[in-house]
Amino acid sequence: MSDAALDTAPAAPSEPESAHGPATGISNEKLAMWVFLGSDCLLFGALISTYLLLRHRSTTGPVELRDPENVFDIPFTSVSSFVLLMSSLTMALAVAAIHRGEVRRCRIWLVTTALLGATFIAGQVYEFTTFVREGLGYTTNIFGSAFFTLTGFHGVHVTVGIIFLMSLVLLSLRGKLDASNAETVEIFGLYWHFVDVVWIVIFTLVYLIP
Amino acid sequence: MTADTELHTHPGTSTGAQAHDHDHAHPSDRQYVIIAAILAVITAAEVGTYFLEDPDIAVLVALLFPMMIIKFAVVAGYFMHLKYDNPIFRRVFVFGLVLAVAVFSIALTSMQFWS
Repeated sequence: MSDAALDTAPAAPSEPESAHGPATGISNEKLAMWVFLGSDCLLFGALISTYLLLRHRSTTGPVELRDPENVFDIPFTSVSSFVLLMSSLTMALAVAAIHRGEVRRCRIWLVTTALLGATFIAGQVYEFTTFVREGLGYTTNIFGSAFFTLTGFHGVHVTVGIIFLMSLVLLSLRGKLDASNAETVEIFGLYWHFVDVVWIVIFTLVYLIP
Repeated sequence: MTADTELHTHPGTSTGAQAHDHDHAHPSDRQYVIIAAILAVITAAEVGTYFLEDPDIAVLVALLFPMMIIKFAVVAGYFMHLKYDNPIFRRVFVFGLVLAVAVFSIALTSMQFWS
């Protein structure tokens, strides 16, 4: 085969996508995260619906612990909600920083986000232990079961997010996080913001509307 | 919101996919702070309804639902960049969200939740 023939030969069909990006023009990893978040809407939709159906149907346990309004400490939960909301701000600032190539600033915002997330979880642990001390356990009545399942699942999501955040911080400390893989931070940011928007719904439907 | 929006072309992220995803205007740090302040004010207004004396449930729902939806949309639109990113991400997420709302609204209706 001549040189000219080599120059005009079509590209092999097995050429790796990573050199030019996928044919769709969008990031596969980011799309996968959005698909996961879309499907997670169904999980939380099921848990929220179940809670709404069952919260006033308890027939067992102490009478005063069958009604959510007698149990919740709204001012305390409001502070927790505010903390989680502000963690979304720090996460957005971390993503913006890594896109500008400011690794150190990104790391500071990631640590701040993890601390705010940990504060939220600490508040949830305090809330759960307070309920248990007052006599409302997971099996006390159907309201307790639905409440602990819903908010517990959300708490697990936040905890997984904190673990991811600390992993990103470790990567940055080892010099493996810079502007070239900023999308990793952005994709994780999507997960963290989703956890926040789910709490926005839970806070209104579970805590504020009697 | 768009007056001094920064253009992030994200140096170093040069693959075709990322270029397509990110050649859009994103909020600046200052704008993120303003958005968070707005969210905080709405949250304060939500919590304020807790202190209303014997509120009617319909009034509470009418007050709280719009605030919840606004907060959800602001976080998804600005913090999650749905407003700026490729529309396919928005479609995928909205599909899951609408499906969840539809399925569980039907489920709640079939179990006479609204009555």
